Amino acid sequence: MIRLLIVLLALSLPARAEMPFLVLASTTSTQNSGLYDQILPLFTKDTGIDVRVVAVGTGQALRIARNGDADALMVHHRPSEDTFVAEGYGIERRDIMYNDFILAGPADDPADIATASSVTEAIRRIARSGALFASRGDDSGTHKKEQEIWRAAGLAPTGNWYLETGSGMGATLNLAAAKSAYTLTDRGTWITFGNKGPLRRLFGGDWAMFNPYGFIIVNPERFPHAKSDLARTLSDWLVSERGQAAIAGFEIDGFQAFCPNAQGADPAPKHRPTCPAETRK
Amino acid sequence: MAPVLRFEGVAVRAGGKTLLGPVTCRLDSPGITAVMGPNGAGKSLFLSAAHGVLDDLAGRVTWDDTDATHSRKSRGFMFQATPVLRRSVWGNIAFALSGQRLAKDDRAARITRALADARLDADPRKPAAALSGGERKRLDLARALVTDPRVLILDEPAANLDPAATAAFEDSLRRISGRGVKILFSTHDIGQAKRLADDILFIDGGQLIEQKTADTFFSKPVSGPAERFLKGLL
Amino acid sequence: METLRQAWMLVATGDAALLQIIGLSLRVSLWATLIAAVIGIPLGAALATWRVPFSGVLVVLSTSMMALPPVVVGLIVYLSLSRAGPLGDWGLLFTPSAMIIAQTILILPIILALTREAVLPLRRDYDMLLRSMDAGPILRLRTLIWDARYGVMTAILAGVGRAMAEVGAVLIVGGNIDGLTRVMTTTIALETSRGNLELALALGLILILIAIGVNAAIHLIGRFGRRYEVTR
Repeated sequence: MIRLLIVLLALSLPARAEMPFLVLASTTSTQNSGLYDQILPLFTKDTGIDVRVVAVGTGQALRIARNGDADALMVHHRPSEDTFVAEGYGIERRDIMYNDFILAGPADDPADIATASSVTEAIRRIARSGALFASRGDDSGTHKKEQEIWRAAGLAPTGNWYLETGSGMGATLNLAAAKSAYTLTDRGTWITFGNKGPLRRLFGGDWAMFNPYGFIIVNPERFPHAKSDLARTLSDWLVSERGQAAIAGFEIDGFQAFCPNAQGADPAPKHRPTCPAETRK
Repeated sequence: MAPVLRFEGVAVRAGGKTLLGPVTCRLDSPGITAVMGPNGAGKSLFLSAAHGVLDDLAGRVTWDDTDATHSRKSRGFMFQATPVLRRSVWGNIAFALSGQRLAKDDRAARITRALADARLDADPRKPAAALSGGERKRLDLARALVTDPRVLILDEPAANLDPAATAAFEDSLRRISGRGVKILFSTHDIGQAKRLADDILFIDGGQLIEQKTADTFFSKPVSGPAERFLKGLL
Repeated sequence: METLRQAWMLVATGDAALLQIIGLSLRVSLWATLIAAVIGIPLGAALATWRVPFSGVLVVLSTSMMALPPVVVGLIVYLSLSRAGPLGDWGLLFTPSAMIIAQTILILPIILALTREAVLPLRRDYDMLLRSMDAGPILRLRTLIWDARYGVMTAILAGVGRAMAEVGAVLIVGGNIDGLTRVMTTTIALETSRGNLELALALGLILILIAIGVNAAIHLIGRFGRRYEVTR
């Protein structure tokens, strides 16, 4: 009995505990897409550095980085990222990649958003139809993007039809599926989500739904213990040819999920983006 | 040489009332001493004070000039409410030897002897909880004896025992006393006191009223309360 | 049915990732229970047997803490271990050690309160005897804890059960890092948020089996221990 206990207690630490490592604060949607599971091992193979991803909501990721508990930050909300750097918490913000958001909803599309000409038009139609809308309501990048769209449409959503889950994308999609509600989701989470039920992708491709990702090194002058050199190595790798190719090569269900744009994309092009493609590769 | 018990101005007070004392006395007789008195007289308090287990005590209690609280280990004590530990019979007795470094054989021999002295022939591996009331009393006696005490203090040891068990118990006490152990016990059973005691301490209303040899006490009680007690009126 | 089949397949194939997750769950919870027991059992026994000043306050405090939401404990430990917090220099955040600390704090009140409950009934009989023998404090505690061992074992198992089932505390202080701080409960939360409900449920079934095992052990220990209980 005692021996069993000793065996259980002595279960060995996983090997990753002994390598040099950095902590990357990022978002649940990025983690859940599976991107990190595919490209970070390539980075580790190339550099011998382990990346420990703490995936939480955007608000929490920013907070963790602000506390100095992470060495690097990768989120997808430009205003928050700019504030983070401006206030001295981070340095060397770089564009890495982008994906987009889509509007999902019940297959019969009672608000008829599939035929809308823009995302603001689509969101107005949802509000007018009184159909249910599931929002994350958790201050995440997705939630902030959603709020931008409502603002652009001149609407402030309240009422019984507007459901705020205060949770991650998965939980919000679960609710939307259960209640046949519309919702805004990033494409990556949508593709891998296993419980779609009555939901379908109904609207996408508007540049306003563009979702750029930025990588920021936590400022070593403010946090002396922060591993800025390791963070810089990761930053360099992500914008390198190899890193950008790895990102482009990441597919979900045959679709390329993220578009590398280390050179920086034009923030408001007039044409529809060529990436992410609407068709399978 | 019999151990000498001294009470100097001993008093026990609680809630503004004096439950015992003040008592000043000296006990140096070698035989069996019975503490007698009606219910609620303070016999249990007297014995507890004598063993040094009372906290708020005025005055001093000494055995051979050593404070009673410091010499507890040299005495055995039987409580009125028989404590039973959640162990086997053997374990209950062995418990009294905790904190003593003894060889395993030595320990086993002492426990076996204590069982014999107390005339307890239940299976020592049985849980003590399974013993009858009379057997529990004998277990308590065995536990008090196993440390080879010089003094044995017993608080109403034969209460609730049937006549046969009482007789066997008294027999044990006589034998133990014969080995030179000083026995101090309380009872309100006059017959038992007559059978066992060599001398008597009579307590009533918290006061020590008489201290006499047994013969003298029973034949010529001096005080009013003692007389009334012996006549069964108290 | 499909869920059961999936669960069985996971276990039967000895999936390495799953075993690592189960192993970490056990490691974190068992260490936390061990530390909490070393502190909580003597403390609980002492609280039961000695007239400690303000013992009433301590008792109310510890029984109330039994009902603490784990996520609150996790938050407090995060704030303490964060670089922005007092213990940041220890660098323990987002490691299994932080999870062990959080769970120890979580189950210490349980073990303390239940040990006290187990020792209280012994007080009357043992108190008399221990005083009469002039027993020192260490002998006193050892005796009480040993003789109340069935109740104490139940307290320990209750601690283990609570630790293995909680998710709020380990999620916040561990960060749910793949291969490092991901345990059964946080994996279930993750897979649920991914919509992989069958996988989450399969893991949940394994967790339920462990919980049943723990509670069966508690029940058997109780029956065994009743032999020695004293009735008057």
